[in-house]
Amino acid sequence: MAEPTAAAVGPEPLDPEELREAVASESSGAVVLFVGTVRRENRGREVESLSYEAYDAMAVEELERVCGEALERFEVERIAARHRTGRLRPGEASVAIAATGAHRGPTFDAARWVMEELKRRVPLWKKERYADGEERWLDGQAPTPRRET
Amino acid sequence: MTVLFFASYRERAGGPRRELELPAGARVSDLLRRLREEGLDLPESASVAVNRRYAAGDRELEEGDEVALVPPVAGG
Repeated sequence: MAEPTAAAVGPEPLDPEELREAVASESSGAVVLFVGTVRRENRGREVESLSYEAYDAMAVEELERVCGEALERFEVERIAARHRTGRLRPGEASVAIAATGAHRGPTFDAARWVMEELKRRVPLWKKERYADGEERWLDGQAPTPRRET
Repeated sequence: MTVLFFASYRERAGGPRRELELPAGARVSDLLRRLREEGLDLPESASVAVNRRYAAGDRELEEGDEVALVPPVAGG
């Protein structure tokens, strides 16, 4: 992989191994791979599926910005993040983040930080469909503009 | 000016986009006021993105800007 960061948002199924390979580096001693999956149950209700929607063009740009900021904040070499869109069943992967670095501490921290920022900033939404057929948009966080840099 | 709507806002707006005439020099806060005047139910915290970056209320809008109303985000 030529670039130190790689971000993608789209309907293709996630392949965590592909993401791990994308950040592989012989100079790194740590690889952290986080995979988020759809839960069968939420707030006591049985989830039939979860539909993710994105503002595609902005989502990929914002995710790329998050990955780039993580490289500046943490002692890591490479970061890749992907988020899936469309209708997912329980157990399917919705998001994957991979980071490599020389040491495990900052590498764990960077992957965690990217995930938290993704939830705060990247324009993605999810609608749960329950076993009884009802649907509901899940509550989210209102993003705010960042100071001009 | 074309305004894009996503997710719950798209459902409230009745479609993914809406055309608006705004005076020259209009700001993000003017856009939000106009949409509310048109009857769109938007929370106080409604976020706006201009050219795919979050924008403050005093951001001036220009012809050709890509403007989007962004509901609270819930990825992951």
